[in-house]
Amino acid sequence: MDYSITKFLWSLLGLFIILNWGMLMSSTMRRVGARLAGRIGVPMYQPWIDLAKLMALKTWLSHGVMYYIGPVFRLVGGVGMFLFMPIIFGSEIWSNYSFSGDLILLLYFQSFGMLGMAMGASDSSSPHASIGISRGLAQFAAVEVPMTLAVIAIAIQHQTFSFNSIMEAQQGGVLNWTIFTNPLASIAGMLAMLGAMSHSPFNLVKAPNEIPIGPPTEYHSSFLSVLRTNSAIIHVVEAALFMNLFFGGADTWLMYIVKTFFVYFISVFVGMVFPRMKVEDSVRWFLKWPTAVGIIAVLVAAYWK
Amino acid sequence: MEEKKDKFLAPENEVRQVSAPDGSIIEVDPLKDYFSQEKPEPYKVGSGPVENFLNWARAESLWVLGFGTGCGSIEIPPLVTPRFDMYRFGVQMRATPRQSNVFIISGYLAIKTLKRAIRAYEQMPSPKYIVALGSCTINGGMYYDSYNTINRLDQYLPVDAYIAGCMPRPEALLAGFAELKKLIKAGKGHKANEYVENLEWYKTNQKKIIKDWNMPDYNW
Repeated sequence: MDYSITKFLWSLLGLFIILNWGMLMSSTMRRVGARLAGRIGVPMYQPWIDLAKLMALKTWLSHGVMYYIGPVFRLVGGVGMFLFMPIIFGSEIWSNYSFSGDLILLLYFQSFGMLGMAMGASDSSSPHASIGISRGLAQFAAVEVPMTLAVIAIAIQHQTFSFNSIMEAQQGGVLNWTIFTNPLASIAGMLAMLGAMSHSPFNLVKAPNEIPIGPPTEYHSSFLSVLRTNSAIIHVVEAALFMNLFFGGADTWLMYIVKTFFVYFISVFVGMVFPRMKVEDSVRWFLKWPTAVGIIAVLVAAYWK
Repeated sequence: MEEKKDKFLAPENEVRQVSAPDGSIIEVDPLKDYFSQEKPEPYKVGSGPVENFLNWARAESLWVLGFGTGCGSIEIPPLVTPRFDMYRFGVQMRATPRQSNVFIISGYLAIKTLKRAIRAYEQMPSPKYIVALGSCTINGGMYYDSYNTINRLDQYLPVDAYIAGCMPRPEALLAGFAELKKLIKAGKGHKANEYVENLEWYKTNQKKIIKDWNMPDYNW
């Protein structure tokens, strides 16, 4: 792998593009939701203003060391997911630090941020944060099951844990995409995606009008700006993860932007249609249908070969 | 006075003795041990183009605390629904005081609610703003002779913008937000500093009317 400074700068540029694309996408989706409700919605530039304002807020609070490190852990989770996944297929400069086992590392980074946030939130000494994070971890554990099963099914199908090989196998036409060559794993994975994106119906953990905001109850000013930066990055990166696994990856930036938009839009679309679920219901749901489909996908992948 | 304080002290805030794991007895005074006794300090107000930009950002991103104090809070739901849609103007609702910087005192303030309003206001990060909605916050309105509500809000909390009327319509609230934005952009939105600088005067007023004061002097 190339560890030169040029490579690092290219990755940094990619991160900057993805951060801004994530913020633009979030305000776009908020406007889509507003139009559906008959409103006009926030201005397109609202996320950037919010970020500037949050950084300018004053704080004198201290809840201990973990309280400070929690948002940083969360950001490391998002940036780590970005760094170890190739952005553009077949491009040397946009391949980031992807290597032959990057898919496993990515699954780890997905839960890394959540665990860091759990430590930070429980250190913030607010009961709302503790309840919020316990519900968040319960739901996330349930989401992980079908997602991992889908990843295992794809790994068996292509005999690899490398993003580049999985994307390579999907080149040469729409019908080569995993969503057509392995529909069962795709169904399980896409249903898990709804939970991973934490949109309605699975957004009880962080919904403002449930137990106040959930885990980040006590987070404000620059802490909150770090969390919002991370959520902008992670929405794009999660969409890119499912794009690479099921929709053939992207070979240009235009393709990347179009495909991540539509993958993200699927979760927003489902969120607009279905109301919010209780955590115990969503855990039960994830462990029922997506998991069943995932198990069948693994069995089919193992015996079909 | 001492006896009265005990009478209203919440049971979990009473001085009590607990035994440590090694068997020794420790006396715990929750109000002193569990809460910070620090006095707040005014923050530095910057200047120049950076401060102008930040003032613009503060004005265009007003996060309102979702805490309705009186009947005026009924005017807030129309603001988030299609007819008036305040999201267009960068005004959004937040559920926790830590993340909000605008506090709408919506109508009359009962003494019980005043206590909660003070707690919520002091927990908000600066710079923070108070919008007083309705006549009740200005002179008591129709509750001017009530034994249980305050008449003038600015005796207890610093107010940035008043919206007169009983009830003001949602349009009036939007006009109030526009006025608040003008104040912030002009660099006049630092009432939080005024509150901290005159903390003693505010605290004297607050304690005069809140008889069951069983919280720390400043709620961090």
